[in-house]
Amino acid sequence: MTEAPGTAPVLQLQGITKRFGSLVANDNISLSLNAGEVLALLGENGAGKSTLMSILFGHYRADAGHITLHGQPLPPGNPAAALAAGIGMVHQHFTLADNLSVLDNVILGTEPLWQPWSARARARARLLEVGQRFGLTVQPEARVGQLSVGERQRVEILKALYRGARILILDEPTAVLTPQESEALFDTLAQLVREGLSVIFISHKLAEVLRVSHRVAVLRGGRLVAEAPAAGTSQAQLAQWMVGHAVSAPERRPAGAPGPVACELRGVSTPAGQRERLSQVNLQLRAREIVAIAGVSGNGQLALAELLCGSRRAAQGEVLLQGQPLQAAPAWLVTQGVARIPEDRHAVGVVGDLPVWENAVSERLRHPVFSRWGWVRRAVARQHAQRVIEAFDVRGAGPLSPARALSGGNMQKLILGRALLPLPGQAASQGPCLIVAHQPTWGLDIGAVAYVQQQLLAARDAGAAVLLISDDLDEVLALGDRIAVMHHGHLSPAHPATHWSRESIGLAMAGGPVSAPTQLTTETP
Amino acid sequence: MRLEKRHQASPLAHVLAPLGAIAFTLLISALLVLWAGAPVGRTYGLLVQGGFGSLFAWSETLTRATPLIFTGLAAAVAFRARLFNIGAEGQLYAGALAAVAVGGVHDSAGWALPLPLLFTLMLLAAAAAGALLLLGPALLKSRLGVDEVVTTLLLNFMALLGVSALLDGPMKDPTALGWPQSVALQPELELSRLIEGTRVHTGLLLAAVLCLAVWVLMRFTVLGFDIRATGANARAAAFAGVATGRTALLVAVMSGALAGLAGAIEVAGRTSYVTLDMSPGYGYSGIVIAMLAGLHPLGVLAASIFVAGVQVGADSMSRAVGVPTYIADVIVAASLLSVLVATLLTQYRVRLK
Amino acid sequence: MTELLDILAQPAFWVAVLRIATPLIFGTLGVLLCERAGVLNLGIEGIMVAGAFAGWLGVYLGLPLWGGVAVAALTGAAFGLLHAVLTVGLALSQHVAGLGITLLATALSYYGYRVSFPKVNTPPTITPFAPMEGLGIPVLSGQTPLTLLALLLVPALAWWLYRTPSGLALRMVGENPQAAEGQGLSVGRTRTAGIVAGSALMGVAGSFLTLSAFNAFFFNMVNGRGWICVALVVFASWRPGKALLGALLFAFFDALQLRLQQSGGSTLPYQLYLMLPYALSILALVVVARKASYPQALMKPYRKGER
Repeated sequence: MTEAPGTAPVLQLQGITKRFGSLVANDNISLSLNAGEVLALLGENGAGKSTLMSILFGHYRADAGHITLHGQPLPPGNPAAALAAGIGMVHQHFTLADNLSVLDNVILGTEPLWQPWSARARARARLLEVGQRFGLTVQPEARVGQLSVGERQRVEILKALYRGARILILDEPTAVLTPQESEALFDTLAQLVREGLSVIFISHKLAEVLRVSHRVAVLRGGRLVAEAPAAGTSQAQLAQWMVGHAVSAPERRPAGAPGPVACELRGVSTPAGQRERLSQVNLQLRAREIVAIAGVSGNGQLALAELLCGSRRAAQGEVLLQGQPLQAAPAWLVTQGVARIPEDRHAVGVVGDLPVWENAVSERLRHPVFSRWGWVRRAVARQHAQRVIEAFDVRGAGPLSPARALSGGNMQKLILGRALLPLPGQAASQGPCLIVAHQPTWGLDIGAVAYVQQQLLAARDAGAAVLLISDDLDEVLALGDRIAVMHHGHLSPAHPATHWSRESIGLAMAGGPVSAPTQLTTETP
Repeated sequence: MRLEKRHQASPLAHVLAPLGAIAFTLLISALLVLWAGAPVGRTYGLLVQGGFGSLFAWSETLTRATPLIFTGLAAAVAFRARLFNIGAEGQLYAGALAAVAVGGVHDSAGWALPLPLLFTLMLLAAAAAGALLLLGPALLKSRLGVDEVVTTLLLNFMALLGVSALLDGPMKDPTALGWPQSVALQPELELSRLIEGTRVHTGLLLAAVLCLAVWVLMRFTVLGFDIRATGANARAAAFAGVATGRTALLVAVMSGALAGLAGAIEVAGRTSYVTLDMSPGYGYSGIVIAMLAGLHPLGVLAASIFVAGVQVGADSMSRAVGVPTYIADVIVAASLLSVLVATLLTQYRVRLK
Repeated sequence: MTELLDILAQPAFWVAVLRIATPLIFGTLGVLLCERAGVLNLGIEGIMVAGAFAGWLGVYLGLPLWGGVAVAALTGAAFGLLHAVLTVGLALSQHVAGLGITLLATALSYYGYRVSFPKVNTPPTITPFAPMEGLGIPVLSGQTPLTLLALLLVPALAWWLYRTPSGLALRMVGENPQAAEGQGLSVGRTRTAGIVAGSALMGVAGSFLTLSAFNAFFFNMVNGRGWICVALVVFASWRPGKALLGALLFAFFDALQLRLQQSGGSTLPYQLYLMLPYALSILALVVVARKASYPQALMKPYRKGER
């Protein structure tokens, strides 16, 4: 990718092992990093990448092994020591205080605590100088809460550079950026390397990794399974290392002819003042069809999902479900056959303190099957919960354990089963008419991702209309029969998947023009 | 300090933890007894005897426990839904006043209604008074996001002042020679004794029945699920179709009503009048009881008896040995904190870095 | 109306306003420190009682007045440390821990008082702080040194909070503890320091009642002032300057209702006047409810390194 890096290792990890209870997150990992090098740390969710970097940065203390920096041992378990040694970390979820200014966030911890004054003018000047040197522009007095995601990431990077970091760790930095913003980030990385810094780049996106890095290290199940130069390694090879066996694309039959319109949005706008907005959105969702919404998180997807999940009202326009106006009431939506998969499993999808079985029937408790005159028919409900657990392979906690004991993948399977499995007494074919899936595979390992995607395809084939909102472009391209792109609350027309390319979606994600389909398509009325 | 989750919490630990906590509390309180210059063993002995050592002691303890069960349930129901009702004290007084307003001997006769009807009306009025007092803070919380801890607390002070004003004025007992108390309750409305010669009254049965009712509600009904879900995670509950706003208000009504009933039962069972000192902090004790019971309705029963026994025992012990009765409050408050820590320790191990 | 203007025209009225405001200033600043660090400290009512008792007892046993204040501060700090261990170290519910400490501190204080003075008809007294006559400034001259301390503390605390590295650290652990951790600070230690310092101020607030406003300790002395401070902090949007304003405003109405009662010859029962301060506090909370910009990590326990 770039000119050859220096050959002296600036950082060495040796034999790092970390256990959380019975789970071995890192198993005897040894890695080294050279000056002026970009090392990509690749692996599925749960492979141990974030844990390893957290140990390096001092958030955790390793159970075994040691770390040396320029030949000196690094005191473990102490972010202050890591910072002093020149290691900086840009976390996946930004560690910034919204209510404070950029300057405040940057200078925190850089001055001795006993000092009864703060040299702000000098700090401001230095911040601007560092920013200029690395091509990162910021306004020191701006309140962080008002910055865009890209700007916030720049502040995170500057925090580390301001403190003189020579080794920068970036944890999934492109997860929240458009393709164009990612390009800007890659330019920044190139500049860092030119200045002699070293970068560790955590990602699970194969194409990026090969583009940006000099070397790649692959973790799987807590172990380092491969290390190779980026040049000469293929994506297929990386995928195989990540998963342990050859990976094939999910099997899917192409969609048949789409059925009648299940849900329609006409000129829908949501009220101002809420998190994320919709502006004049038009959308048709037909049975036996998956419509995938691409776009960087934060452009209105939440508003769309909440609208169709009953948590938000439209301020203008019409939302129709099976021809009748949609009521902003989750209970009503469930009775109308809408299956909803929320973005945030833990905070919205399940009530963590309640047992698994109660969560399995939580949406339909008022249905005559499960309750009568306000009394819950516990036996019937427990039975149905057991069926959900078995049919959707929910493992890791029994029906009586609290739902928060479930891992992410199993929790998602529980949520899917709750939404998709027909009630006792309903025909197996009488599934939901509309499925609203908001980031359904986020944070899951490859096995669970495949399972969820399979369920969505199966539901489509069984007659449901599926709305898939995903910031994973690969998923959108793989599953969407029609694709639309969300940007600043505006939704592009939903063209057939064949019309789009990565580039054109990327352009649309950044607000560029969307061309009309070049081939004639037969739009069924 | 760092917390580390334990792999398995042994069931034995769950039982030993609260007991260990209480033992620790008694050890600490022994220091206080020594400060008062009294013999520790004898003091504790007298305390236990005074609360639990004879039929008479038990009768006093149960009498004392009766209003505590009501206020404990009021707190348990509210806290379960994350509605921190600290206003049970004021709601109790409001309920007591309402009971006397309906069932009192006004103009030397009182309302002439059939007794069962009058009795029911009296209880309903007390429940309504308590519920209304909590409804204000509950609405402020749901509509405006105002924290209910401070509003319910401040309302306690206002409620007591209001009762004082009413007892000085319109609701004053004309026969009481200037002493601020209300008119008496009609004698026919008073609750009968459970055991002759003691003060234990049938209000205790009502309290026990309500404990059972609340337990059944929480475990077996849709409303119970709604309450538990709303308290555990209101966002997820709303997503699942629970009407969280309405549930929160229902909880406020139930909790306030229970506290109001505490006042009515005290008047009907023990005092017959409303006076400004009829509650030595029952409302606040109820909160401690609810937390000691882990918000479990049946646990409230046990915790109320424990707290009542300690308080009654301390009263009797104090007369004999001279250790101030406030030691009871110290024991109860320290028990609460120790039980919380002990319960936490069954789930987590503490690592000092 | 003229009656009102008569009251406002008397300098003695404004002296009373400052005097009533002093414990509120200390208490509100104490709560402010705790909440800026992200922790709700409902132990304030009990800590004020404990500070009042401990400070007074110290002076009764022979300490100089400022020694009594120091004892009160230390007592507050001790309960603050207990609160910190429960809520920061063990991540217990802040509501429960706070209420438990209020009950414990109050019970311990009443117990201690009864043990020390078992059979008294009139409460024993001490010689309190004398008004600072020599100052020459009109309303301040009638005040005791603690009031002056409270007034000076406001700008000092504001300076510390906004213009020093340690003040920034405190604010950050209340906004985003992960950010603080990521910059090499210890969230646990910073929060504990904030709670202990804030609780010390609460202790001093209590000592003002027994060492300055009055000269004896009696039951129900604090009478809800602690809870009012909790309300005032929200009203003050967690800023020291506005906390002073809130305390003064509240004290103004409290002093007013007392004088209206006396001068009125009124038809309204006196209890209604006494209700005014509490009603105003609730009103203050309602007024700022919508706009309140909480420290973002308030009441969210921080468990380091937990999976």
